[in-house]
Amino acid sequence: MILINCPYCGERDQSEFSNGGEAHVARPENSENLNDKEWGKYVFYRDNPKGIFYERWVHTHGCRKWFNAVRNTSTDEILKIYKLGDNPPNKESFSNTLKTPSGEPKVGSGNFTVKK
Amino acid sequence: MWKSPEPKKTYDVIVVGGGGHGLGTAYYLAKEHGIKNIAVIEKGWLGSGNTGRNTTIIRSNYLWNESAFLYDHSVKLWENLSQELNYNMMFSQRGVMNLAHNEHDIKEMKRRISANRLNGLDTQWLETREIKKLVPIMNTHNLRYPVLGAAFQPRGGVARHDAIAWGFAMRADEMGVDIIQNCEAHSIKTKNGKVVGVKTSKGFINAKKVAVVASGHTSVLAKTAGVRLPLQSRPLQALVSEPIKPVINTVVMSNAVHAYVSQSDKGELVIGAGTDGYNSFTQRGGYDVMEETVRAIVELYPIFGKMKMLRQWGGIVDICPDASPIISKCEVNGLYFNCGWGTGGFKATPGSANVFAHTVAHDEPHKINAPFNLERFSDGRLIDEHGAAAVAH
Repeated sequence: MILINCPYCGERDQSEFSNGGEAHVARPENSENLNDKEWGKYVFYRDNPKGIFYERWVHTHGCRKWFNAVRNTSTDEILKIYKLGDNPPNKESFSNTLKTPSGEPKVGSGNFTVKK
Repeated sequence: MWKSPEPKKTYDVIVVGGGGHGLGTAYYLAKEHGIKNIAVIEKGWLGSGNTGRNTTIIRSNYLWNESAFLYDHSVKLWENLSQELNYNMMFSQRGVMNLAHNEHDIKEMKRRISANRLNGLDTQWLETREIKKLVPIMNTHNLRYPVLGAAFQPRGGVARHDAIAWGFAMRADEMGVDIIQNCEAHSIKTKNGKVVGVKTSKGFINAKKVAVVASGHTSVLAKTAGVRLPLQSRPLQALVSEPIKPVINTVVMSNAVHAYVSQSDKGELVIGAGTDGYNSFTQRGGYDVMEETVRAIVELYPIFGKMKMLRQWGGIVDICPDASPIISKCEVNGLYFNCGWGTGGFKATPGSANVFAHTVAHDEPHKINAPFNLERFSDGRLIDEHGAAAVAH
């Protein structure tokens, strides 16, 4: 369970929210001219990084408003929350604390927020 | 039980991921396709990923022909696997029951049973009184969503999760496969659109072919080779209770209230929860997900109300948009993926490994896994199994 700081209501349990997947996926212009492959990429393909992830949330059981978040998917730490329409924060502004190239701590699982 | 060699400089095939699917792939490559110069690399110990983190349920009652053929290919291999590997899989065909709690469930399940029977599967419909006879401890009427019937597959059941990893590992090892543990794959190297090897925590290893079977981390590895896959990784939880006397001798799953349970040979209840509602690689999962499942379990089986839970864990599952796996080549020559098993890969372990080995050896899919290609996400031939997957995602 994570706590999410809704920009309109304040900090609430994650169970009040629904996740909307990757943020900033724009519907392609002139979609009628896309071939099946390009359209398939838009419909089915989303980033799935271990680490910094830009995503959307909606406060389903609260204000029902949508907003964006930057979260580290290897620790669930929420690094930044910002409103729709705001410019996404620069990825370089978040330090990546992952220890090996694929993001695993040297021993054990990806659970190092619990261990420390 | 198996040697733990240092990696050689070059292999014909490197299998990334030492779970059941990966070790099985190496086993069938060596046994059925005569390829012996194989390495299986695993970042932890064998079976430490999702092979050791599931609820070991085996069944094949999927709706579409493609899935029914794939999953039943696997059940048929399970039925003879203890003999074939000379290692006890503890495969117990105690039956798997999927409960219906509303009109829609009944219609959907009866449709699925009809489809299953046309494909020669042994699924059947049970009325509530028949369920009561099989599972007397179930509360069928005095609950918010009463039990109105069930789809039942008698050939389904459970098996020992470690046994399949160890069994495949021992027999593959005997045929000369190098099983290398504590060797993490960091990136896949390609040159001119062809795979050349894998950079690992034990150095660079050359390979003619690389077969990735890394479950939740598949998209992370694929990215290092410049391949994008339609996968999302999420934690899936399970929990185990204190051991008690035998009270339930089949597997009972409920999609609508989200509870599934079986009893292990030690007497523990093995309970499966759903996935978290967001992408994560944390291998733990949220308490709210667990609470929802336990609430449903207690309502369905009031006698479990005061039981203590002993262990809880999470595994990272890779979910495909159509809840069906990808067993496929990709745009990089010599690079193969067996992924997207989502919440239900254990049942498919031998079948998936068998057809994946064929795909890797011949550079073209077996006819069973041909529909489970990557092209379906552009040509639209999806194999939508959200109904049969039975776990909320």
